[in-house]
Amino acid sequence: MKSMALYARRRRWSSVVMGLSVAATAFGAAWLIAILGTLIWNGVGGLTPSVFTSMTPPPGSAGGLANALVGSLILTVMGVVIGTPIGLLAGTYMAEYGRQTWLTEVVRLVNDVLLSAPSIVIGLFVYQIIVAPMGHFSAWAGGVALAMLVIPVVVRTTENMLLLVPNSLREAAAALGAPRSTIIARVAYRAARAGIVTGVLLAVARVTGETAPLLFTALNNQFWSLNPNAPMASLPVTIFQFALSPYADWQRLAWTGALIVTFAVLTLNIVARLLSNIGTSK
Amino acid sequence: MTEAALRSVDQTRVAEQSRSGALRRFIIRDATFRWATLIAAVGVLLLLGGVILSLVIGSLPAMRAFGIDFLTTQIWNPVTEKFGAVAPIYGTVVTSLIAMIIGVPVSLGIAIFLTELCPYSLRRPIGTAIELLAGIPSIIYGIWGLFVFAPFLQATLQPLLINSFANVPVLSSLFAGPPYGIGILTAGLILAIMVLPFITAITRDVFLTVPVVTKEAAYGLGCTTWEVVRKIVIPYTRVGITGGVMLGLGRALGETMAVTFVIGNAHRVAPSLIAPGTTISATIANEFTEAVGDLYTSSLIELGLVLFVITFVILLAARLLLLRLERRAGT
Repeated sequence: MKSMALYARRRRWSSVVMGLSVAATAFGAAWLIAILGTLIWNGVGGLTPSVFTSMTPPPGSAGGLANALVGSLILTVMGVVIGTPIGLLAGTYMAEYGRQTWLTEVVRLVNDVLLSAPSIVIGLFVYQIIVAPMGHFSAWAGGVALAMLVIPVVVRTTENMLLLVPNSLREAAAALGAPRSTIIARVAYRAARAGIVTGVLLAVARVTGETAPLLFTALNNQFWSLNPNAPMASLPVTIFQFALSPYADWQRLAWTGALIVTFAVLTLNIVARLLSNIGTSK
Repeated sequence: MTEAALRSVDQTRVAEQSRSGALRRFIIRDATFRWATLIAAVGVLLLLGGVILSLVIGSLPAMRAFGIDFLTTQIWNPVTEKFGAVAPIYGTVVTSLIAMIIGVPVSLGIAIFLTELCPYSLRRPIGTAIELLAGIPSIIYGIWGLFVFAPFLQATLQPLLINSFANVPVLSSLFAGPPYGIGILTAGLILAIMVLPFITAITRDVFLTVPVVTKEAAYGLGCTTWEVVRKIVIPYTRVGITGGVMLGLGRALGETMAVTFVIGNAHRVAPSLIAPGTTISATIANEFTEAVGDLYTSSLIELGLVLFVITFVILLAARLLLLRLERRAGT
């Protein structure tokens, strides 16, 4: 009898904890729904064509987010174009040439630290090396700051994906007389393509919503500007400025911008995920 | 010799020349590519070195002016150019602690659910939903926190905390003052939501490394699900969980935009958790572009250096722990 009671107590305790874990999951998923729900609720109303065609307005008048959208696009492209080749090459070294060397070990550790380093500190760094010497804020500085966030993501995925390529493929190519660089470019990269593209997409998703490193590099711009040497508007910084302003129409635009950024980032995330599933199931 | 034979000799020579030419080109291309990858890899190291060096150089004026006082005084006065970092450091540590106290148990709960309870067909969608929380940009957490979450807390949780602990000695000072909505507690709660996906992802992955045979043996002895988790899964994955938690902590310490919106930007150390405060990252984000004078700028850079050093140590420790785990799994 006593042992049955003990067993019932253990069972009961177990179901309590398992119930808590279900509650924890519901709690986590609830935030996603709550945040997306508010975004749609507050943002969809302002989603008119003029958002994409007109400039950010002065307080009190109508306008859109065209310059911020284009600015974000340019800054992201800059970050990806500067960051991807460096990340790709570094990842290639780690997976192809320097496997199990101490340099690779150290680079991997440092890269993992950079991957989670506070992005505002990256902004301070770029301010110190670009903005301060040049004497003014510029889109270039913003692009470099974003590139520094792209590099660790690309390094990591490139290395991991190249390590997954079977060595027999490389050996087969070597047996045909292909030099090392050809093996890497024509065989290894091709086999790891889906994974590497996933990495770049994830990097794009990460920098698209980044605000902190742009605050004192690209700054912001109320006007239409394509000049990479001048401050440039970006969607996240515009959201930051508009949301904290006391003007109702600015706040409405901030919500609309937030909706656009979030759905762009989540779409990129989901596409990257699908792509990596295709890549690994093959 | 006939003309045809001569021609064939010529052709052989040409072929040999072109082959050695091609070989040379290959060798050059190989070497160039190899060096390019090596330089890029070293470049990643230099990047980190560059960040640290530039922050140290940038904060030299503040270091000279304040010395160790920077880390021990609370005054932050741009007008008299007296700067002390105690309030932002306190805010950073306390908000991150709140985030960990709430985020870690919830993350562990989700990971347990995903690995032990959840039906296979639902594992993927639920796991993805949690991971998407990590994809939402931090500015979105900020705007949502300021306009939705803070008013909600102001109306519900904060009055509840104030009223129910009003007569309890220590807790009454923790929850003293009017419910502003924004403040240290709100920032901590938002950080808790933000670190959830990071800790969950890692704990779930390490939970999956537990050999199924071990778990089945425990079930075979009559253990309940909770006992299997408590006695088998958690001890087996302790190192991995610690690594994941520290990774989440690193994120929470450095998070900027979400905190900047809801922290209240008050440069003081208040005992009350619902009072406005500030963090290192929020101070930099709010004041850097408006900072006039070298000493002000330099003090903000020194704040950045402090933040970077703290997160660097924590992230490095987290990675070393996880690395040790990988090695163990590899052998």
